[in-house]
Amino acid sequence: MVHLRYFASLREQLGTGEEQVELPSNITDISGLTRWLQTREEPWKSALADSRLHVAINQEIVRPDAPVTDGDEVAWFPPVTGG
Amino acid sequence: MIRVQTGDFDVGAELEQLRRDNNGRAGAMVSFTGLVRDINAGDSVSEMTLEHYPGMTEKALEKIEQQANTRWELTASLIIHRVGALQPDDNIVLVIAASKHRKQAFQACEFMIDTLKTEAPFWKKETLPEGTRWVEPGQCR
Repeated sequence: MVHLRYFASLREQLGTGEEQVELPSNITDISGLTRWLQTREEPWKSALADSRLHVAINQEIVRPDAPVTDGDEVAWFPPVTGG
Repeated sequence: MIRVQTGDFDVGAELEQLRRDNNGRAGAMVSFTGLVRDINAGDSVSEMTLEHYPGMTEKALEKIEQQANTRWELTASLIIHRVGALQPDDNIVLVIAASKHRKQAFQACEFMIDTLKTEAPFWKKETLPEGTRWVEPGQCR
């Protein structure tokens, strides 16, 4: 299982903040996982198509080619606006 | 030290505490306080809600503070950031850098708040007369 999390405007667009999913065996990296989530019905496809989204694995920002493994916590979120 | 909290902080009390923590080693303390403005992008703001990524937020702030302490010779440092529902004039963030000399303290304080704004996972949502909107990076003016 992987723990998926969505924050801020993305969380609102998707209507969910987190979920546990079984990682399909053919998915090895972030871009593969994002594409797989986009095969769900809208709004998944368009919401996750935003190129400004950041992705973190186990609470560290990563690039789209970063490997995903079972047990990871993966988060998608828009650019940060704190401070 | 870093803290993420819903409650307010007392800038004077935090400065005084850090001054004591310096034990006489610091010659300068620089602080930055970020506040909720009542107007953003021409619209009046009645409330601002700060969302964050618990766990990652603390890690990100600790990393920023650590980087500042590596780049500059600081005698003490502090980052406090609030989350949850805030009103205009409320404190949002406090950054303090203490050092032997002012230049290091100024530079370290600026580095910490600038880095926080682009790397720490916080998101602002404003309540306007017409409804709510997520703040876009670089939109504030």
